[in-house]
Amino acid sequence: MPRGMLRGFWKLTWLETKIFMREPMGFVGALLVPLLVFVVLGRAFGIGKPMATPGVDIPFNVAILAAILIAISAVQSLVAIISIYREGGILKRLRSTPLSPVTIMGAQVTVKLVFTVASLALLMLAGRRLFPGVMRVNVFSFTAAVVLGTFSILSLGFVLASLVPTARFAQPISAAVLYPMLALSGLFYPLDRFPRALRGFAYLFPTTHAVALLQGVWDGSGWSAHWVNVAALLVLFAAYTALSTRVFRWE
Amino acid sequence: MIPVISVSRLGKRYGRTTAVRDVSLEVFEGEIFGLIGPNGAGKTTTMECVEGNRVPDAGTISVLGLDPQRDANALRQRIGVQHQEAQLQKRIKVWEAVDLWASLYPRVVDTDALLDRLGLAAKRDSWFMTLSGGQKQRLFIALALIHEPEVVFLDELTTGLDPQARRAIWALVTGIRDRGTTVFLTTHLMEEAERLCDRVAIIEHGCIIELGTPAELVRKHCPERTAVFTSDDADVIERMQGLGAVERNGVTYTLRGAGDDFVTGVINVIAREGIRVRGFRTEIPTLEDVFLKLTGHGIRD
Repeated sequence: MPRGMLRGFWKLTWLETKIFMREPMGFVGALLVPLLVFVVLGRAFGIGKPMATPGVDIPFNVAILAAILIAISAVQSLVAIISIYREGGILKRLRSTPLSPVTIMGAQVTVKLVFTVASLALLMLAGRRLFPGVMRVNVFSFTAAVVLGTFSILSLGFVLASLVPTARFAQPISAAVLYPMLALSGLFYPLDRFPRALRGFAYLFPTTHAVALLQGVWDGSGWSAHWVNVAALLVLFAAYTALSTRVFRWE
Repeated sequence: MIPVISVSRLGKRYGRTTAVRDVSLEVFEGEIFGLIGPNGAGKTTTMECVEGNRVPDAGTISVLGLDPQRDANALRQRIGVQHQEAQLQKRIKVWEAVDLWASLYPRVVDTDALLDRLGLAAKRDSWFMTLSGGQKQRLFIALALIHEPEVVFLDELTTGLDPQARRAIWALVTGIRDRGTTVFLTTHLMEEAERLCDRVAIIEHGCIIELGTPAELVRKHCPERTAVFTSDDADVIERMQGLGAVERNGVTYTLRGAGDDFVTGVINVIAREGIRVRGFRTEIPTLEDVFLKLTGHGIRD
């Protein structure tokens, strides 16, 4: 990469991090909500394997749900920020500086990934304290899987950000896409019990592959057993990124 | 003189709408050049094509000898821009914005002195969202000036500001010009154009319909002058012969003529005849009248 291409990248990333911390709700959504979901559901139903509580059976992994929620909140926040910045002419103003488009967007993605990792670390810590013996998952492997999944979902976020007409629609539109995606991800309901067509549809979304990979990491079967999902996340990332560079609007 | 900006036969369409039909103009070093016209006339589109932020469909543009599209990166180092109705991140602090911008250019001015000059020194640690309209615009001026650009583009700089804030901004813009920087601005405020601009181009429906100094345009299109005075003397009409028709309304007399010498002529006759005048005023057309005459409608219609 030629020198100066990423001019201002670290400064902008640090600045956007500070600005995000100053947003009263942004911080809560990114760090506290997934943690709360994890702790409350984990307390009630247990983590990992469904707990044999009489009469209560929760057929999904609470830790994976919380991890996916972290990724989804990062994407929602990205879509909101981009649409607000676009509406306010902030993107346009940044673009008419020597900042390259890659730097402007790269800084946003970096901030989101930093908060994803921070939120996940918080979750792991809480898990070790509150549910001793259950969180035996490999921290680095799990984190890497979440980051890869977040990357892929974020690229879809850029497509969403292009579709959002005004900032007011950012929240409803991203929710309308991301939550059904989560429902179809196979986390709550095994994919092989889906009708064929719906299953094919579910494979087009990064969440499905992220859940499968996380489940694999959790069970200890590892990355190699889920290379198809890893490849799918990379392919979807490339496809959504290519699409968003075509449809993205700066103003 | 070699122009700093030269635009020839510029055209730009958005789908089926033609924003700019045919714009040609030249801006010279050290002047304040104003593109004036109503909303939707093509001012902003023209300016953004010149800045290199929009790709024209037709015509050629040269800024400081560079092509705004081909040499976009080189040009960005040498021009400063302020967009219409721009915002920054709500919770960015003034110093943070200045610091980010300053880090993007190889050579920058003393930012503390710049903030001081723009009256923002006390607001260094304030969030953008807490600034007043005038302070926001002054911050955008600061960001546009941070790398000592040779040309500054100011798009509708004072729209939405109260008269006092507007006057403060005018003084700043004149200051920029006096330091040797060329200023290209757009406005739909005729008073602003008349006060600030060395030369103006009137744009309507994407075409330049007139170009010149404000005084030239007024002289050319609206030469009529009116002198109104009040006097208790008798026979005023008879004594004011030779200056055309005199209208009388009680003790108020109105004379209409044309040209720069008309008012002097009226004063000379009053003096020669020894008419005792209690009040005297002149009505001289402004750029607003020129605009009305050329387009057949007011600028805010």
